[in-house]
Amino acid sequence: MSTTEIKFAGLGGQGVILAGIIIGRAASIYDNKYATLTQSFGPEARGSACSAQVILSDEKILYPYVTRPEVLMALSQEAFNKFLPEARDNATIIIEEELVRPKGLKPGMKVFGIPATRLAEELGRKMILNIVMVGFFTAVTKLVNYETVREAVKASVPHGTEHMNLRAYDRGYEYGQALL
Amino acid sequence: MKADPKGVLTGAHFFDGDHACCEGALSAGCRFVAGYPITPSTEIVERIAARFPSVGGMFIQMEDEIASSIAIQGAVWGGAKAMTVTSGPGLSLMMEHIGLAAMLETPCVFVDVQRSGPSTGLPTMPAQGDMMQARWGSHGDYEIIALCPNSPQECYDLTIEAFNLAEEYRVPVMMMMDECVGHMTEKVIIPRAEEIEVTPRRFTTLKPGKYLPYQAKRNEIPPMVKAGDGYRFHVTGLTHDERGYPAMNAEAHDRCVRRLVEKIRNNARRIIRIEETDTADAEVVVVSYGITSRVAGKAIQMARADGLKVGHLRLITAWPFPERRLRTLASHVKAFVLPELNFGQMFFELQRVIEGKAACYPVAHAGGTVHDPEAIYRRIMYAARHARMREKKEVTR
Repeated sequence: MSTTEIKFAGLGGQGVILAGIIIGRAASIYDNKYATLTQSFGPEARGSACSAQVILSDEKILYPYVTRPEVLMALSQEAFNKFLPEARDNATIIIEEELVRPKGLKPGMKVFGIPATRLAEELGRKMILNIVMVGFFTAVTKLVNYETVREAVKASVPHGTEHMNLRAYDRGYEYGQALL
Repeated sequence: MKADPKGVLTGAHFFDGDHACCEGALSAGCRFVAGYPITPSTEIVERIAARFPSVGGMFIQMEDEIASSIAIQGAVWGGAKAMTVTSGPGLSLMMEHIGLAAMLETPCVFVDVQRSGPSTGLPTMPAQGDMMQARWGSHGDYEIIALCPNSPQECYDLTIEAFNLAEEYRVPVMMMMDECVGHMTEKVIIPRAEEIEVTPRRFTTLKPGKYLPYQAKRNEIPPMVKAGDGYRFHVTGLTHDERGYPAMNAEAHDRCVRRLVEKIRNNARRIIRIEETDTADAEVVVVSYGITSRVAGKAIQMARADGLKVGHLRLITAWPFPERRLRTLASHVKAFVLPELNFGQMFFELQRVIEGKAACYPVAHAGGTVHDPEAIYRRIMYAARHARMREKKEVTR
């Protein structure tokens, strides 16, 4: 990995910003890489498509914004439609497969889908779907390793919910591994 | 003096610039903040409101920015280290009291997370349009210090520096952040308290009755007292004598204001902080600050890949401006390029100090986002091309 641009997108409330923070934290705090996260602030962050942009790099990051993401994670159809045109022709597209129908993909794109909301419900709490996605992301992109992201999940979720969130993380990771 | 461990959140964090600024203030020993929350600086005071009470500090959400900018000065004269936090529209309202802080020599910090203006502008988007206002916004003659962080780590480090400079020179220090740096999240290392140098307030050693609050030689900074310690003292925005009482004549005014200006100008070499890369043999030097310095860094990489000798001079202190260093560079540099998120503010200062000894090119931008690195790159190439053409002309002549 030299530099990778990633976009985490979904609806406000799905926890996409936290997903971005966990990956950024894993890379920069527990893996000694560089990570820069920016997010769009403004009316679009309230209820409709919202996104976190993360750049991971082995070198110091200069330009802070993601322009052509190599990885797009989409948790809603609206976010998918809005951000797909920005993605590179050979991008890895990661979707919540029961919420997103991947239309308009370019031939070079790789798509990985997971029913994260249903898996989260099976684990007992729908709202941990973002952590399921983080596990899935870690498995299919291999940008940051399993252990470091696990540490970052632990450090990023509310105190007392670590066990449940780590189960969600592992569930997503296993689902991703099985697809490879 | 070392930092008080109570306020220091030692460790490696993944913070945005706003949160890092709050932690910098805590590490520096700031225990009072008054503010009127405004985007994109709100996250600073949100964190302050949550963190300060646990370390014996206080945050007051005031009725407006005018009140905030004077409440902090009351806190300073009561013995605390204090700051206020705002963005452009709030900074405009604070101008009168920035002049008051300069006149009273109140050590304090004004954080401005710049957004696009004028007026309400683009509240959630970056700009660097307050650079001249930070320097010249209040009426009359005075000097301030202004710092420009380009990362969350520097938002932490330079907030500590801002408090240290404020104490050392008894001057309002402007922390000139921008929306991009404020809302950008990156790794921030907070060292252990014993590794953080903080400048304590210099209190007088004289006994009550002997102490004169503004007794100082040229370039000197008089020690302070705090209210309640038994000293009789008076501070006023009127021109004052050594006792702090109004002195309504030209001689007293010259003494008073000359010292306010000279304490910064004559110490400029000690205050100024710049970061230079590859300027020694550069044909073109890019001068930049804040978030734009990172975007410029990308453009410089592109120009170097084309074989051009490009240097970079980053202003960490925008004010005082590094006049001497730039004049020295102008003896061998053919052109300067200064990108900034405004239509030419620090650029005018650059032109002023270069005095035509080298060509100066702005890369203007209204704000709302950062430059496209390509635009800065094209300007660098243009500057180099024109410098060479000019040289050729001179040779043929």
